Amino acid sequence: MNRKWLASPYLLWMILFIVVPLLMILYYAFTSRDAEGTRFTMAHLIKSFDSIYMKALGKSLLYAVVSTAICLLLAYPLALILAKHDNGGSTMIFIFILPMWMNFLLRTYAWLSLLETNNGLVNTVLRAFHLPVLDIIGTKYAIVLGMVYNFLPFMVLPIYNTLSKIDKSLMEAAYDLGANDMMRLLKVTLPLSMPGVMSGITMVFMPAVTSFVIPNLLGSGKVNLIGNMIEQQFIMTYDWGFGAALSFVLMVIILISMGILRRYDDMEGGAGIW
Amino acid sequence: MVRKSIEKFYLCLIMLFLYAPILTLIVFSFNDSKSRAKWGGFTLKWYQTMLHDPVISKAIYYTLIIALLASVVSTIIGTLAAIGIHVMKRKTKSVILNITYLPVLNADIVTGISFLLFFIAIGLKLGFTSMLIAHITFNIPYVILSILPKLSSLNKHTYEAALDLGAHPMEAVRKVIIPEIMPNIITGFLLAFTLSLDDFVISYFTTGRGVTNLSITIYTMTRRGIKPEINAVSTVLFIAILVLLLIINKRSDRQTKKLGGVNV
Repeated sequence: MNRKWLASPYLLWMILFIVVPLLMILYYAFTSRDAEGTRFTMAHLIKSFDSIYMKALGKSLLYAVVSTAICLLLAYPLALILAKHDNGGSTMIFIFILPMWMNFLLRTYAWLSLLETNNGLVNTVLRAFHLPVLDIIGTKYAIVLGMVYNFLPFMVLPIYNTLSKIDKSLMEAAYDLGANDMMRLLKVTLPLSMPGVMSGITMVFMPAVTSFVIPNLLGSGKVNLIGNMIEQQFIMTYDWGFGAALSFVLMVIILISMGILRRYDDMEGGAGIW
Repeated sequence: MVRKSIEKFYLCLIMLFLYAPILTLIVFSFNDSKSRAKWGGFTLKWYQTMLHDPVISKAIYYTLIIALLASVVSTIIGTLAAIGIHVMKRKTKSVILNITYLPVLNADIVTGISFLLFFIAIGLKLGFTSMLIAHITFNIPYVILSILPKLSSLNKHTYEAALDLGAHPMEAVRKVIIPEIMPNIITGFLLAFTLSLDDFVISYFTTGRGVTNLSITIYTMTRRGIKPEINAVSTVLFIAILVLLLIINKRSDRQTKKLGGVNV
């Protein structure tokens, strides 16, 4: 018996529970069902391009880009500092990854108490320093804060991993050749850490675009992103065909952006999947 | 000197940002008032009542049982799959791996909805079984991904030697390959277990009446206010996972030390 056959239970499982369900999205998105039976239709897809859905999609992309950029700006210096510690680094990185193991709904919900306008801890501290109070719950700022908070470890980890693998002698060589700190950062460290940066961007951007829990909790349901629109079709209005069409559009956008990011990754010499 | 303290300050600032909500939760699990903003004195009563609350104890039960079943099944299927995929032809391998990556890369909400539509189309009632199938499916890729890299770094000849010495191929897999990849199997299992424990989005779309895990219970509660018992439950879970991770870390530390000793 060939070892190949060991994979057969998985192949069966994969076709049945990965491939077929994804095809179901296509099927529901492009058919309509009524008393006369099931017919092919483009109506759901056309409705997906209505301005309210396109606006929600645009907003999702915008918030995701902003959150990803903030994560990158916060994570890169952090990863640099952690990578400099030869031994303590791995323990330190553990401390920064650990929060992910607390239920993310609860962590996000905790921000509601922290940010509360009157009694929240943040504003109590701000008042003590005679600073203006924050009143951001239910706004886009709270949503971006929630995204940065939840996805920051996804950015820190891959950047830290590539930085800690950079050969120290390269830095010494650059130093010997007369490069100062700034030049070494820009010309040696930054280019070599690009694969980590790219996978960090992917790992933050994807969940940020599609999140519906963070806008529901921190946006108090006042801000609708594309994830919320999809959720509503299945949980409230039961328009599954249209919900499937929106999911289809979202999936296409994700796969295209993955493709672009991966191609860039490949050029940097990383082994891509596509 | 100045630079060192700026760096330390920056680390502390980010740590404060990451831990503030968690500390709030832990502190409020000892709060003798139902408010989530006011401190009403120290109490342990939420830790005593958390297991008596029928909704919460049922949610804990489903969370643990699904995480356990899903991680065991996905580890078995995933390990066999990795061993099989490893020896496939390049082309077949890359097609299968690309499909395997789909649930990892795709948005959870899209994966969840694809399951929902699928279960409804085949007429499976949403509930325990549907949620379990969904969890097994999203876990398997992570198990495969933890094992494949190790397989390609193994020495091919030990397996062939076992065959030459008269071992049946399956026997050789069991006695030569499995022991070598055991650490990766365990990593894959733990990864699957924690992913399953923490999942919300896919569970939310694949569950039915009466079957909820902790995340779904919490999500439902956010509309009416979180019960303080939930803070207690998550504090316990957080500490349990922390201890588990520390044990794993210690174990791998010891392994690296052992290896280091051999090399020197």
